[in-house]
Amino acid sequence: MTDVKKLIEILNAETINFSENREITTGYCGDFLSFVISKAPVGAAWFTVMSNVNVAAVALLAEVPAVVLCEGVKPDEGLSARCKAEGINLISTELDAYGASVILGNEIK
Amino acid sequence: MSQDCIRLEFKVDSENFASAGSASESVKTQLKLLGIGSSDVRRVAIAMYEGEINMVIHADGGKATVEIYHDRVEIILADRGPGIADIALAMKEGYSTAPEDIRALGFGAGMGLPNMKKNSDEMRIESKLGIGTTIYMTVRLT
Ligand SMILES: Nc1ncnc2c1ncn2[C@@H]1O[C@H](COP(=O)(O)OP(=O)(O)OP(=O)(O)O)[C@@H](O)[C@H]1O
Ligand SMILES: [Mg+2]
Repeated sequence: MTDVKKLIEILNAETINFSENREITTGYCGDFLSFVISKAPVGAAWFTVMSNVNVAAVALLAEVPAVVLCEGVKPDEGLSARCKAEGINLISTELDAYGASVILGNEIK
Repeated sequence: MSQDCIRLEFKVDSENFASAGSASESVKTQLKLLGIGSSDVRRVAIAMYEGEINMVIHADGGKATVEIYHDRVEIILADRGPGIADIALAMKEGYSTAPEDIRALGFGAGMGLPNMKKNSDEMRIESKLGIGTTIYMTVRLT
């Protein structure tokens, strides 16, 4: 088990919004929002390259502790504003979803 | 008492794509205030969000009505969009007619209707080509 603060550190990630340090128990990779809604496990850090405002609605529905934008993707203005307003942890890393997942996996095990 | 219900109505606007999901978020807030259990709230919110997004993407918006009873939540999503030609096909996981620009936003997995089915206890679709679509969902509170 790890948490959002630790994840930011090990991914060398940029913090776009940090609201609350939440526990992370696993990860989920996906860009199709309806898959994320139905499949992201509780406690999963969500790795994606989607950067539009709909990501915030999905993060709330899936109740993920953090959204990790991969491949150096930056959120559009609507998304970062929404994450700040709703208290969603949003970070960005240069790593791809696989690279980021491996690092998280090693930290958790 | 058992027949009493709280009724909420929302206009689902297709213009403001950025705020899509606001109706389901209002419902989520309301259900939490009523002290409804978090897994029930989650099911209602997911079922409604998927339906709301579908009205925005596929039907130019519509109307959402939510009735909260002591034992269940009834959701009615009505639009005057193009209608669904083959409902059984539309219900299949992976079937989607979402255009490329919408897919670029992360929609179009063809998982919305299956998610609605999965998160509701009853679901019925009425649709006529050229007239519109109405979806009725019931989520029983546990
Ligand atoms: N309200 C609607 N009016 C007209 N057609 C609809 C409506 N809702 C769904 N459909 C049709 O049914 C298909 C399947 O819907 P579904 O929600 O499962 O997938 P999607 O919206 O294409 O993708 P996703 O929900 O995974 O982002 C849609 O692509 C569309 O053709
Ligand atoms: Mg859909």
